Amino acid sequence: MNNAKRTGIISGVNGPIIYLKGNTGFKISEMVYVGPDQLVGEVINLTKDTTTVQVYEETTGLKPGDEVTATGDAISVTLGPGILHNIFDGIERPLSEIARQSGTYISRGVHVSSLDTNRKWDVKMTVKDGDFVTGGTIIAETQETTSILHKSMIPPGIEGYVANAVPDGSYTIEDTLLTVQTSDGTEVPVRLAQKWPIRIARPTAARYPASQPLITGQRILDTLFPIAKGGTAAVPGGFGTGKTMTQHQIAKWANANIIIYIGCGERGNEMTQVLEDFADLIDPQTGNPLMDRTTLIANTSNMPVAAREASIYTGLTLAEYYRDMGYDVAIMADSTSRWAEALRELSGRLEEMPAEEGFPAYLASRLSQFYERAGHMQNLNGSEGSVSIIGAVSPQGGDFSEPVTQNTKRFVRCFWGLDKSLAYARHFPAIQWLTSYSEYLSDLSQWYTKNVAANFVDYRNQLMSILNQESSLMEIVKLIGSDVLPDDQKLTLEIARVIRIGFLQQNAFHPEDTCVPMEKQYKMMEIILYLNGKCRDLIALGMPMSILKENDIFEKITSIKYDVPNNQPELFENYHQAVDEFYEDVLRRNS
Amino acid sequence: MSIQYLGLSEINGPLVVLEGVQDAAYEEIVEITIDGKEKRIGRIVEIYEDRAVIQVFEGSQNMSLGNAHTQLTGHPMEIGLSEEMLGRTFDGIGRPIDGLSPIKAKVRRNINGQPLNPVSRKYPRNYIRTGISAIDGLTTLIRGQKLPIFSGNGLPHDHLAAQIVRQASLGSDSDEKFAIVFAAMGVKYDVAEYFIRTFEESGVSDHVAMFLNLANDPVVERLITPKVALTVAEYLAFEKDMHILVILTDMTSFAEAMREVSSSKGEIPSRKGFPGYLYSEFATIYERAGIVHGSKGSVTQIPILTMPNDDITHPIPDLTGYITEGQIVLDRSLHGQAIYPPINILPSLSRLMKDGIGEGYTRKDHQDLANQLFSCYAKVGDARALASVIGEDELSPIDKKYLEFGKAFETQYLHQRETENRSIEETLDLGWKLLTILPKSELDRVNTEILDEFYKADEASAEAE
Repeated sequence: MNNAKRTGIISGVNGPIIYLKGNTGFKISEMVYVGPDQLVGEVINLTKDTTTVQVYEETTGLKPGDEVTATGDAISVTLGPGILHNIFDGIERPLSEIARQSGTYISRGVHVSSLDTNRKWDVKMTVKDGDFVTGGTIIAETQETTSILHKSMIPPGIEGYVANAVPDGSYTIEDTLLTVQTSDGTEVPVRLAQKWPIRIARPTAARYPASQPLITGQRILDTLFPIAKGGTAAVPGGFGTGKTMTQHQIAKWANANIIIYIGCGERGNEMTQVLEDFADLIDPQTGNPLMDRTTLIANTSNMPVAAREASIYTGLTLAEYYRDMGYDVAIMADSTSRWAEALRELSGRLEEMPAEEGFPAYLASRLSQFYERAGHMQNLNGSEGSVSIIGAVSPQGGDFSEPVTQNTKRFVRCFWGLDKSLAYARHFPAIQWLTSYSEYLSDLSQWYTKNVAANFVDYRNQLMSILNQESSLMEIVKLIGSDVLPDDQKLTLEIARVIRIGFLQQNAFHPEDTCVPMEKQYKMMEIILYLNGKCRDLIALGMPMSILKENDIFEKITSIKYDVPNNQPELFENYHQAVDEFYEDVLRRNS
Repeated sequence: MSIQYLGLSEINGPLVVLEGVQDAAYEEIVEITIDGKEKRIGRIVEIYEDRAVIQVFEGSQNMSLGNAHTQLTGHPMEIGLSEEMLGRTFDGIGRPIDGLSPIKAKVRRNINGQPLNPVSRKYPRNYIRTGISAIDGLTTLIRGQKLPIFSGNGLPHDHLAAQIVRQASLGSDSDEKFAIVFAAMGVKYDVAEYFIRTFEESGVSDHVAMFLNLANDPVVERLITPKVALTVAEYLAFEKDMHILVILTDMTSFAEAMREVSSSKGEIPSRKGFPGYLYSEFATIYERAGIVHGSKGSVTQIPILTMPNDDITHPIPDLTGYITEGQIVLDRSLHGQAIYPPINILPSLSRLMKDGIGEGYTRKDHQDLANQLFSCYAKVGDARALASVIGEDELSPIDKKYLEFGKAFETQYLHQRETENRSIEETLDLGWKLLTILPKSELDRVNTEILDEFYKADEASAEAE
């Protein structure tokens, strides 16, 4: 590394893109400071005559002749205790610290360190002098929040013997915990916090196939279209269809250890809402505040576009860091379309040749690189962890044939398509069961068989089959009305209605219904199918649908979601009896 | 400092190019003097070495490569701010045009503003009563929200906006400091005149700051108008603790002005010729709404846009909908049936509504009732589609009920006079009354307790027989 200060001179400015004259000796992806305000930028293109830099802050007031200084590091994030329970902008600057320094608005050139450098953490060392360590070895533990034990690791790529290990005690993130004596004789200090470039995936030892579901407490997801830990899912939908709501629900209730919520080019008020809501909510698994396992990356739509592009990678890198400690991490990326549009905007400013709809030709490769960083991994230190990515997609005009949705579909294995007409009818979550799919179903069926019930997958398929039959029957009903259908088909419509309203619809604002355990999901499914079976028997005996409908059993089953508390599954017995009584009653009165 | 550059090297539409310029900054404002007499203002939009591309707000008429003297001002576009701006009328870039004295500025601010820190924001929870059932009941407006009206040419969006202004400003909580910032971009003279008259008639003129860029005013000026208006709004709200309602009309003209400038700059277009940064540019406008910690004021935005060819998937309404907190969509067929306001409630939405209504704000049944009305009205559409195929007579009894409900909903709930100011109780009770047209078993979105309390079953069964 050369330590001489390398600088360049601005020759042109066009929005977030600036050009420097001549060969500056900068490196690609290097972080630079721009102009008198020391704005943060990244080198994105080099030629003999020009260096191109994208600036992560607003460029108003920059002039040709202003100086740009190289930092020597690739654009990277600081990894250490203090990440959780925090809110950052797209390049990991803590927003509350920015607010303290510059007030209500985010002004330019604010220099804050990513993590609090003054705070002392209680550190318990797990290695001693003379131990042999390699990249990933856990060297110290810190209780970061009530929920999460932070494990400091040797940065990947370093191996050797521990020397100068400090005793247990309180240290700041800048304190050196130990040095590693490598085989070539150099001594590498390892601090409580370390840096990692955001565009490079942290290395792992091996990749496991999907085997465990990420339970979200949302019936349509867990039962019909499950996502695996380490899996990828896309949630596309036009505005107002509930993408953000779906993401919030998963962030609140998923059984991951850590949630990274990336608000990429979305609304300021929504981020504020997450901040306010999550502070009050309790994590059902640990009983601690939800914020204790959450990190927010907020790059709202009016914040600079280049930082929006970076925010996705920042979030991903933080997630990989916690995965390396052996945690299950889930990333909510809301929304990947804003990120793709940021790519398009920057590409347009760079005057690159556009491909489909003005998006750059490398859109697909960037998307695949992003989603491939998810996975259930064996870490370098032998522990197991996962990064699951749930990306919202905001298709232009709600049209799923646009490039971002189509390219995303190629790289994700779960597709939860949101539907405008369901949203208009206030059927939430507005996930269309006919267009959505999950490729994890077969991977996870073993888990369901073992942990929920042997016939879980069979029941799930029966449910789907009724819904599919309903859809084809509705084609006929639209033409001739439902009165002319034979009774067994009328029953299919009625049961499908019970499934749609009683099972698929889920009220995020109802204290019981917002998150439903697998056992209740299974029992709900079971009772609906039991009712279906009994009704079919009655119809086979010649009872018309009109008589069946005189009984309020359908309404009763529909409102199970509200009437049976999550912790009293034994109440389902009463419903089985009710269905039996209904069966007897119809028979008695009509024989 | 005050070097004047003589001449230009290129004039292309509203853009001019100046070469040999030194020390010019990106986004800096320049003054151009033409023939030694007329002064115009421009903004540097691109700079490469000593070559600056300048956008001239008033347009480049009468300019030649030789007759212009350009002078750098050394700062980005700023506007002087003061409370005196209320009751005054300005042109699109903030110069008074009402013939009164100039504004004595207390502070000067960069009109581009800066993004609000999400940490400093307060989540908006107070609803604004507009007295319009379709809005109060189903797409409630919240103080600090940005709720656009998606309209089409010839639809009464101006009347709706004016009614909101009249009824919201003079609501029961009018003791708080309330003011309106009105920005017109490329609207017809008649439209501006209608708003001026409305403000006068309702006696709020003293609390309105107007920024007018009419249809025949320079196109480039339009790009500045909303930013100037919002800078004033932010100043009054966050520094003077006032509740500001900002009306921006028509955002479509703003977007089209952007496209015009972008194409003369030779930029690579994305959708329908609009520049790739349309979303970012919209966001810098719409996101300037909200409530912040440490200030009593608020900025609430009602942008109005006309959807080209009534197409909600056009990039302008599409990108707007992804930024704003909901939308109110006007519908031509309702308008054709003389229903005012012709709000199509199905695609309409207020994202902040769920947290600003219910017990303690409006009434505990509000959310359930709204869900039920949405859900039932969605079914009306299905019943109508079926009726158009098999005829109304062939419909099942329940579908006939839905048709009846749909008609009643449109003519009683949606429809109201332009001067009618309904209380929230009236709106909610009316909703329940309409639901009694349908049998109780159809109401599947309402909590059982609330249903029992508010659904007057005896009336319903009486009607059913």
